[in-house]
Amino acid sequence: MHPTDFSLRGALDALAEGIISSEELTRAHLDAIGRLNPRINAYVTVMAEQALAAARASDERRRQGIVGPLEGLPLAIKDLFCTDGVPTTAGSRILGNFVPPYESTVTANLLRDGAVFLGKVNMDEFAMGSSNTTSAFGPVENPWSRANDPDARLVPGGSSGGSAAAVAARLALGATATDTGGSIRQPAAFCGIAGIKPTYGRCSRFGIVAFASSLDQAGPVARTVEDCAILLRSMAGFDPKDATSADLPVPDFAAACTRGVKGLRIGVPKEYRLDGMPAEIEALWQQGLEWLRAEGAETVEISLPHTKYALPTYYIVAPAEASSNLARYDGVRFGLRVAEGASDLRDLYERTRAAGFGAEVKRRIMIGTYVLSAGYYDAYYLKAQKVRTLIRRDFDEAWRKVDAIVTPATPSAAFGMDEKQDDPVTMYLNDVFTVTANLAGLPGLAVPAGLDRQGLPLGLQVIGRAFDEETVFAVGAAIERAADFRAVPGLRAGA
Amino acid sequence: MSTYRIEGRTGPWELVIGLEVHAQVISNAKLFSGAATAFGAEPNTQVSFIDAGFPGMLPVINRECVAQAVRTGLGLNAQVNLWSRFDRKNYFYADLPQGYQISQYAHPIVGKGAVEIELPDGATKTIGITRLHLEQDAGKSLHDQHPTKSFIDLNRSGVALMEIVSEPDMRSPEEAGAYLTKLRQIMRYLGTCDGNMDEGSLRADVNVSVRRPGEGYRTRCEVKNVNSIRFVMQAVEAEARRQIEVWEEGGTVEQETRLFDTGRGVTRSMRSKEEAHDYRYFPEPDLPPLVLDAAWVEALRAALPELPDARRARYVRDYGLSPYDAQVLTAEKATAAYYETVAKGRDPKLAANWVMGDLFAALNRTRRTIEDPPVKAEHLGALLDLMKDGTLSGKLAKEVFEAMVDTGKSPGAIVEERGLRQVTDSGAIERAVDTVLAANADKVAEYKAGKDKLFGFFVGQVMKAMQGKGNPALVNQVLKTKLG
Amino acid sequence: MSLDTATVRRIASLARIRLEEEEVGRMQAELNGILGWIEQLQAVPTEGVEPMAGGAPVSSDAGMRMRADEVTDGGMPEKVLANAPDRMGDYFGVPKVVE
Repeated sequence: MHPTDFSLRGALDALAEGIISSEELTRAHLDAIGRLNPRINAYVTVMAEQALAAARASDERRRQGIVGPLEGLPLAIKDLFCTDGVPTTAGSRILGNFVPPYESTVTANLLRDGAVFLGKVNMDEFAMGSSNTTSAFGPVENPWSRANDPDARLVPGGSSGGSAAAVAARLALGATATDTGGSIRQPAAFCGIAGIKPTYGRCSRFGIVAFASSLDQAGPVARTVEDCAILLRSMAGFDPKDATSADLPVPDFAAACTRGVKGLRIGVPKEYRLDGMPAEIEALWQQGLEWLRAEGAETVEISLPHTKYALPTYYIVAPAEASSNLARYDGVRFGLRVAEGASDLRDLYERTRAAGFGAEVKRRIMIGTYVLSAGYYDAYYLKAQKVRTLIRRDFDEAWRKVDAIVTPATPSAAFGMDEKQDDPVTMYLNDVFTVTANLAGLPGLAVPAGLDRQGLPLGLQVIGRAFDEETVFAVGAAIERAADFRAVPGLRAGA
Repeated sequence: MSTYRIEGRTGPWELVIGLEVHAQVISNAKLFSGAATAFGAEPNTQVSFIDAGFPGMLPVINRECVAQAVRTGLGLNAQVNLWSRFDRKNYFYADLPQGYQISQYAHPIVGKGAVEIELPDGATKTIGITRLHLEQDAGKSLHDQHPTKSFIDLNRSGVALMEIVSEPDMRSPEEAGAYLTKLRQIMRYLGTCDGNMDEGSLRADVNVSVRRPGEGYRTRCEVKNVNSIRFVMQAVEAEARRQIEVWEEGGTVEQETRLFDTGRGVTRSMRSKEEAHDYRYFPEPDLPPLVLDAAWVEALRAALPELPDARRARYVRDYGLSPYDAQVLTAEKATAAYYETVAKGRDPKLAANWVMGDLFAALNRTRRTIEDPPVKAEHLGALLDLMKDGTLSGKLAKEVFEAMVDTGKSPGAIVEERGLRQVTDSGAIERAVDTVLAANADKVAEYKAGKDKLFGFFVGQVMKAMQGKGNPALVNQVLKTKLG
Repeated sequence: MSLDTATVRRIASLARIRLEEEEVGRMQAELNGILGWIEQLQAVPTEGVEPMAGGAPVSSDAGMRMRADEVTDGGMPEKVLANAPDRMGDYFGVPKVVE
């Protein structure tokens, strides 16, 4: 077995038993990155020297008897997290050579628990996208390919495309990611790995480049549900520096993975059965529900009547908040500044932002600016926030009847890099199953459940009550056990 | 009710004035960050990454800033809203790092209130307060350090401001001045804002419109960032006159933002009119609502210091002072504290005269302040005691006072050092009187013949002989006896 | 709701993003496509519904947490200025602003 094939849990055990050192584990990953990253382009910044130094320091701590929950594990960090002394780009040109003089709380938590950072991974610019094709640092390639068309380059999903591709290709044992409309769950599903967006407020947003403040949440992607649980436990926790951080204890999520689902009521929302949904996805969904029933769960059809309004609601609220959050990228205090030709301050702003932001980011800033502007606020932003309340109420109603909800994670398998590029709205539809959980602030997990006809991974999604990630993990782990997903992508370390 | 008018060419005009005052909150740290707020620090040394609008930074509110806003609201007799919310006010400027200001738009922390203002002629008027809200201050731009660049200092970015909006109830420059004076006084009494307009901790935006008496409202203009009470009054007058001229020429006053040019005494337009600001207010998603515990607010109310109006009334009622004297002595909290120390257990009117007369004159002369006076309040009080017990005459007391100003010593020490004790020994007085009368026999004769005025001359001579230390009452008495 | 080019230019101006003339048309088409799609929200009845404020999944009566009035930050001008595109001594430099 190649060291990059360990699960997080497996690596923890191997490190504990002395079978491998963190330095060896880290070196193996760095080598793999060196070989595969030129193709996959998952990593924007590889922290080779720092990673080895950190790994050595971890091995030294272990010799002293100090073993944190993530001691010595090499991880990838989505380039949306500010990392002290390490360039942070948010997938954009506009951050220029910004080197944060501070650490995000989530990554600080990982360091506190002994993790080793391999580097910063690629993403859709400012987390806006579902394909990782909007990054200023080039697209990320999905390590999976179609059986009947292996040369076609596929997207890994987005915005956390780099995180998901790195983990799937075994270029990291796990990675941090963020999810605003589906950016953890959709790429996890496209890359055949697990990923969870926890409840809003479960992880601190301090030090994460903000996209949409009321929707953003950090979460892990990893190859197994238990690995995600292990990572989430370290990432999560109350942070007094984030006023939206939930002051609640962090449960032992990994323990919940073995709970089973006996007696749980699983909701099946009829509105998630879309017209024209590929038969394979419908079949996988039914299969997943079968598995759960076989394990003692009860499946219940429910209605979430406002589901069809979730995407348009999201595409008002998220751009609106983004248009304000991205106003600080103005060339004054950090990042790119286009001074050439700039006649005055205003001109400086306009040229810097025109040069620094990509097309999708500009579109969303424009939409956001418009829906907040005088005369339109009531009809758009206020209206959307009201519909959001209705979406949340749909879930509140559902929780009276069920304990978790299972749906497909995505409306399709990974698509080609050149596809869906003509019309922004076509790309937005990728988030159709995931966006409701963000609007309602609920936890959502993606778990690989099967392959499509082309051999591409398909995932199922589990949504839970607020702060009940444990039930989500229990259901996700049950699906994982039953699915016994052993397929691996063609492009991977140790292949 | 106000009769102030400006006479235009076509008739009299009435003024309608409202003030939006920005008051920097007294606190150790900023509203949403832990950086310091002290004035005068080296540039960019009191800046947290939050204040600098760096990626991923988030606001967390400072409890004391909230308390200060509540205290101020209570001092303005205003309604404290137990539920309020922050909103983002979006615009671009070099001293606004986030590209938005966290403010309160729809639901401010304080609602309607009212203050009483006192006008020079003694009349009072109630000025309504519309609201008070908390918001972030912006940084500072320096435009005169470099030929082609402006320099940005973010020390002030994120400092807590209270924006206090008045109803458009003022009708003259004097009323505007009196209102701002009152507001400043209340906040200084409360300790919620130091009111140092020259340091920028209190700034006023003045809204002015004019109208024919009896009309409804016409268009108003805003004169921004006026930084002294005097300039506020001047700006009101200047802007009113400008608007009157526009109307009388047959033109229309356009709603715009203006600045007061203090050198030339006129207002000028601030920005080109091409784009009115669209602030795109929306609720701040990084902050849950601000919810205040009613018991906490009540505790703040119970702990409020005595406010200026109450103190003034108390001085009139308990000390028997005239309203004017009471107003002078309570204008500044520190003055009132000084006065009360002097007046404690003593004749309050005498104390008032000495504080308002001799002490104030000494402050002027020595260019000192009531917070750092050349004569301690306790010492002035002791001086009054020495007059009361007969040690010093009024005239001597004034001499001693001057010595106290010069040396900072207590009156007792000065009296001892200089042997200034008033002489009340009748024997010594009689001897002095005898000497004087003997030396001025011709004048004695004139006095006895009817020239009463000479009495004063004898008194002066006796005092001179006694080096001023004779008790005046006794000297008078002995002289009368001896002169017959 | 369909945007005309003047509105597109006004929004770009509000957002401080320079749009070249040749870009306006395309941006207009893209924005109108998106706006046409989100227009469907108008059909949803929302009278009497409170807008959701923030992302919290559970409404709390407690309101925001407040912190103590202590100086815990700042005093690091070098770090604050370190990434400045145009550092002028202890200040950030920008093209001169005329008020």
